[in-house]
Amino acid sequence: MKSYASIAAVVALLACVPLLTASNVALNFMVVALLIALVGQGWNVLGGYGGQYSFGHAAFFGTGAYVTAILQVHYGLNAWLGLVIGIAAGALIGAITGALSFRSGLRGSYFALVTLAFAEVLRIVASVAPITGAGVGTLIKLDLRWETFQFQSRAPFYWIILAFVAASLVLVKLMEGSRFGAYLVAVRENEDAAKAVGIDVLRVKLAAMTLSAAITAAGGCFYAQYFLFLDAGIAYGPWISVEALLAPIIGGIGTVYGPLLGALVVKTLGEVTKLATGDAPGLDLVIYGCVLILVVAFAPQGIAGLLRRRA
Amino acid sequence: MSEILRVENVSRRFGGLLALDRAALTVTEGQIVALVGPNGAGKTTLFSIVTGFLKPTDGRVFYRGAEITGMPPHLLARRGIARTFQIAQPFAGLTVRENIAVGAHLSRPARADALAAAEDVAQAVGLTPALDRPAASLTVAGRKRLELARALAIEPQLLLLDEVLAGLNPSELRDMVPVIRAIAQRGITILMIEHVMQAVMSLAEGVFVLAEGRIIAHGAPREIAADPRVIEAYLGHGAAERMRQHG
Amino acid sequence: MLSPIILVPAVLNGLLTGAVYALVALGLTLIYGVLHIINFAHGALLTCAMFAAFFAHRLLGLDPYLAALGLTPVFFCLGYGLQRFVIGPAAHGEDRNILLVTLGLAVVIENALLYAFRADTRTINLPYGFDVVEVGPAFLSVPRVIGFGVVIAVALALWLIMRFTDTGKAIRAVAREKLGAELSGIDVAHIYAVTFGLGTACLAIAACLLLPTYYVNPHAGNAFVLIAFTIVVLGGMGSVAGALLGGLIIGVVESLSGLYLGESLGQVGIFIIFILVLLFRPSGLFGERA
Repeated sequence: MKSYASIAAVVALLACVPLLTASNVALNFMVVALLIALVGQGWNVLGGYGGQYSFGHAAFFGTGAYVTAILQVHYGLNAWLGLVIGIAAGALIGAITGALSFRSGLRGSYFALVTLAFAEVLRIVASVAPITGAGVGTLIKLDLRWETFQFQSRAPFYWIILAFVAASLVLVKLMEGSRFGAYLVAVRENEDAAKAVGIDVLRVKLAAMTLSAAITAAGGCFYAQYFLFLDAGIAYGPWISVEALLAPIIGGIGTVYGPLLGALVVKTLGEVTKLATGDAPGLDLVIYGCVLILVVAFAPQGIAGLLRRRA
Repeated sequence: MSEILRVENVSRRFGGLLALDRAALTVTEGQIVALVGPNGAGKTTLFSIVTGFLKPTDGRVFYRGAEITGMPPHLLARRGIARTFQIAQPFAGLTVRENIAVGAHLSRPARADALAAAEDVAQAVGLTPALDRPAASLTVAGRKRLELARALAIEPQLLLLDEVLAGLNPSELRDMVPVIRAIAQRGITILMIEHVMQAVMSLAEGVFVLAEGRIIAHGAPREIAADPRVIEAYLGHGAAERMRQHG
Repeated sequence: MLSPIILVPAVLNGLLTGAVYALVALGLTLIYGVLHIINFAHGALLTCAMFAAFFAHRLLGLDPYLAALGLTPVFFCLGYGLQRFVIGPAAHGEDRNILLVTLGLAVVIENALLYAFRADTRTINLPYGFDVVEVGPAFLSVPRVIGFGVVIAVALALWLIMRFTDTGKAIRAVAREKLGAELSGIDVAHIYAVTFGLGTACLAIAACLLLPTYYVNPHAGNAFVLIAFTIVVLGGMGSVAGALLGGLIIGVVESLSGLYLGESLGQVGIFIIFILVLLFRPSGLFGERA
């Protein structure tokens, strides 16, 4: 119970941010950081707890984003309903790609490669398919109402994404203390041993990938509502696949708070870089890449691991 | 007593190599049965087939009268067949307690129950002092105990032990033999691959000898030890004759 | 159906393109065969080599074919250094970590290039850039014909190195049985780095072959590397002959599907082949079933 209290405390603290500042820049920064924390938590379920490193989480992010957007733009569906369907669609893509890859016994490099390929196929298809607006992109009509999941100020967006993050923290915490969580970690540590104690390895991996995809798709849906614009390079681009894994690995892979911690650190680093050098394209990503390598080399348990070692 | 496991003419081919050649054996419920034989005889292959990790090229396996040939390992585990691995396969990043709890989860959905059960199992195999240590830090003897504990945690009816005594020093061996005997006394049937003949003699009620993929002899330990076919399988052609002349 | 007048040139051009794909794939498969990892930085390193060749021409006036002579050893050293001093030590021997480190390198290299040179696309003009040679019904670009010849020569040279030099033998020993090789006194870390160097050197040559007819920008290498992944998977991870053959096949498939389906869907065709092969024959069409 103590751990749920700590989640509540962290979330309550973060919820106060819009009360302290009305600065759009500051709130925008926090919204994006929390979005990455959410997407990263999705990756963390499969990669951190399950040991299956995906290099193509853009497939789920983009599917969530596009399904929400297209349902609103072309079918006039309510945005909140679109959110639910977007998450379900992302989960479905996760289940399908998971079933295909895990049934074929793909692991390690091969799994990373095939997830990357799935995301690329979706990106190319989205860049030519008429329904996504092909080269032009998809624009959600501006209509600032609560019912359309659009707001004049940043604060409501901030609280919504914070609620998503809070839900993902609780979900992962619940998972950690459940049989499913124990099985998932067992599969990560040793598949043969897991089979020998009665674990249906395929099913556990599939469930993890579906859950992981659903969480990441929720991030995609939110992205669509927040920016109101999508194109193939944004929704299915490699940038989001990289950010999805960067946050948990830097924060602490396979831990509840890792993705949140990592996202805040990574985004802060990115901002500092921008402030120090002007808005130079690419430099923030150079820093991210270096930090990724340094963390793998010197702090394999991420920031959470460093904190634990000091404690 | 009823028969718990029957292996019927099981063969397994790896490319050009016939690792098992119509091997057959039966295990009676409640017994400790040993499977012995020279290196490369196909013992571990046979274990892998019984526990579903390998599919036989030919032949059938029955468990409590029902055919289980080719069933996947996790379903066999759920039916009560547990195994240990010759080279210990711990969940290296977890503690001993967590390792055992993964097994205990099979019949206990709640985490707290599984962790509590893990303590009892650890007690039974003498791992209590190591409960909170990472599995990766255990010695060879510790890892063997962990293999045993995790298998026991699924509450099996048939336990297949793949060389749990190999690599132990004499005092560790002395500690381990009673542990195995105690498990059997709880009503768990044991089929064990073992090279430590002294342990086989003291533990097993029946022995099967596997050589070049075939069961060449079976019987009580004393008979097997004196069987010339067995001696030849281990020491080479004509060895039994030479031993008689010299002995 | 299309007549041979169109089909034959398409196939021949496909083979020429495929040869360069094969060279990129050769580097990838070599590294996979020995280190058993997929080098996700391969595309970024190719881009890097293309920029090097571009500036060798722009600043020093070097012809790309001449530049290849200098860039190949430079990129060998770069690859050697990366594996020896970055990837190897950072990965602590865990495959998952190697994945992340090579991904990190890809991100760093690609974006450093983006930062330095912006997203602009650059080309060079060579007097022979548009020369063609007539082969039957087809007109083939001279630089691409030269490229084809060089790729065959490089593949042959690699084969000879692997077959007859001590280093080549050591590489094959490590690929087969790392522990055994280590026990017999082979410096595995050194051999890993040499292999990575050879794989990277292939990229320098590929870049120099591409430049006369292709463009360069910070993302230019990515297009090739995804095709190279496909080829490597198709030909069987770690198989040099498979990479060569796979490269030629993919070149032809791309050329023909571009003819029938149009450019962007032709690309999807390659990815679908890729995913299907990964799912159903992960050991490749020419490899043994795992």
